[in-house]
Amino acid sequence: MWKRIWTLFSARNKEFYRDKSALGWNFLFPFLIIIGFSFIFSEDSQTFYKVGVIQSDNQLVTSVNDEHLNTFLQTKYIEFVPFDSDEKALNILQHHKIDLVINPAEKQYWISDSSPKGYIAEKLLWSGKIESKVEYIKQNIDGWEVPYIEWLFPGILGMNMMFSSLFGVGYVVVRYRKNGVLKRLSVTPTRPFEFLTAQVVSRMFLLLVTTAIVFVGCKTIYGFENRGSYVSLIFICSLGGFSMVALGLLIASRSSSEEFAGGILNLISWPMMFLSEVWFSLEGSEPWVRKLSSFFPLTHLVDCARRIMNNGAGLFDLTYQISALAVMSVLFLTLGSLLFKWQRI
Amino acid sequence: MSTEMAQILEVIDLAKEFPEVKAVDGISFSIKQGSCFGLLGPNGAGKTTTIELIEGIYSPDSGEVLYKGKHRANRFKEEVGIQFQNTELPQFLTVRETLEMFRNLYGRKADLKGLIESCRLQEIYNQDNRKISGGQKQRLLLAMALANDPELLFLDEPTTGLDPQARRYLWDIVQQIKSNNKTVVLTTHYMEEAQILCDTVAIMDHGRIIAMGAPESLLTKYCSGTTIVLTRNIDDSDLHDIPGLLYRKEDKIEIQTDTPNECIKFLLEKGIDMSGMSVRSQNLEDLFLKLTGKDIRE
Repeated sequence: MWKRIWTLFSARNKEFYRDKSALGWNFLFPFLIIIGFSFIFSEDSQTFYKVGVIQSDNQLVTSVNDEHLNTFLQTKYIEFVPFDSDEKALNILQHHKIDLVINPAEKQYWISDSSPKGYIAEKLLWSGKIESKVEYIKQNIDGWEVPYIEWLFPGILGMNMMFSSLFGVGYVVVRYRKNGVLKRLSVTPTRPFEFLTAQVVSRMFLLLVTTAIVFVGCKTIYGFENRGSYVSLIFICSLGGFSMVALGLLIASRSSSEEFAGGILNLISWPMMFLSEVWFSLEGSEPWVRKLSSFFPLTHLVDCARRIMNNGAGLFDLTYQISALAVMSVLFLTLGSLLFKWQRI
Repeated sequence: MSTEMAQILEVIDLAKEFPEVKAVDGISFSIKQGSCFGLLGPNGAGKTTTIELIEGIYSPDSGEVLYKGKHRANRFKEEVGIQFQNTELPQFLTVRETLEMFRNLYGRKADLKGLIESCRLQEIYNQDNRKISGGQKQRLLLAMALANDPELLFLDEPTTGLDPQARRYLWDIVQQIKSNNKTVVLTTHYMEEAQILCDTVAIMDHGRIIAMGAPESLLTKYCSGTTIVLTRNIDDSDLHDIPGLLYRKEDKIEIQTDTPNECIKFLLEKGIDMSGMSVRSQNLEDLFLKLTGKDIRE
């Protein structure tokens, strides 16, 4: 039995690392995402609002004889776009490509009533005029602030693991079934359990190796820190990866159509990617969204990885998430094994 | 009973129905150890379903399959070798790795060197599976089927799609396997292949066996005569009284007769153009035509 598992494990590993395009993509994808997002969300390039400013010489004035406007023009995270005529600026505003247009010479501004961003931009324009009667003391969070990239990274890592697990197992097993490799194996003494174990172990091995390489690479480039224990992080990545590999096996348990399996995998992976707090927090979202999110293994993986890396949490702090991942793993693997068919049906 | 005469496989009243088609309709036969048994018939006759019922790919609706006199147990998979009609090879592996992989899935193993030599894989031994030709792929699939030094070998249309040279190459290998006292079960729609390789043939049509026996005895029994083949571009309206059975095919007319001289005299009298005519002794294709009224390749 062990020899057969080892044989199938080795064959799958060879197939993985010899498929250069897939291998390259597995490593390259998270790097590209991190590089892209670190650029997009860097302070210099991060803008939340765009304001058009009408200038006669198409140059943004640096010195306007209006203290209030000057304050507004120095607001961070707003991009001020110069326009040489009202007409041009208003046309762009109509198409929601900018949020507010201001003409300092005429002391006029325009917003679109239907634009929420225009509403906020207007509030920001007037914020300088408001003199607060309540005294608040400004506090900085220096010292325990989590840089955005450090918050993002566990999510990207988890997302990469999700795609690798679901597609790397699900798609491969379906392809094997479609092209008759599974049928050929079914007439050898290999048992389904042995085949599935080899697939799970192979994918887990590759998943952890690629994740470790991506982790070390990103850490070297960006220099972020892991505030928790590496053992806890490896444990969580293993358990989270295992639960998603098991989900991949469940999806691939019967289908022999790559198109169908691809559709199902996308149907699962996309909501999981957007509702597992990979990109944005679900804090304040509808309760049903948060409930739905709790059924995704990626949610718990990303949550655990963030709390370990960003907050230095230990495994005991993560009992609920670990239990959820363990239950999902057992459930997916049991169902996947019970439903598994060697051949097309 | 001597070992050589023992039945290695017995198929008893086997039946299998798929939606809208009765693929196998109550067939029975037995196969002697060390022999080559051929299932012949056109596409859709039920050959592959029969062989896959025996292999355990499908469960039969009724009937039994006995291996060495008993129901198939775990050792069946250890002791049989199977080559399917359409199987993709594992990707990104070399021929050597593929063979080693399949050998390692079994408790009993064929000698690797012997396997490579007998299936003539030396030249492509370290080549990627994706870069080998059709004939080479068939030889590798055959070697994979032999990886466990099987006692019983199933070959499902092993030469379909191969050029004549590659086909003869494979026949030589199968004959060599036979000479090692292995039992071979073969499906084919090439009658020539069956005549050359098989000790016993079962001719199938619509899920049933319509004739079974040694090729020579079947020919003696049903087809002792001669076949005259004429080109199709002749006026055949006057041929209904010809002393023989006349079959019109797409590109030719075949006349099966026990009295070839009378037949040719009849054709001369009718003024039939006999340029392009050929005369040959009958073979299994003629037998199939005689039994079913249709060509095996239809």
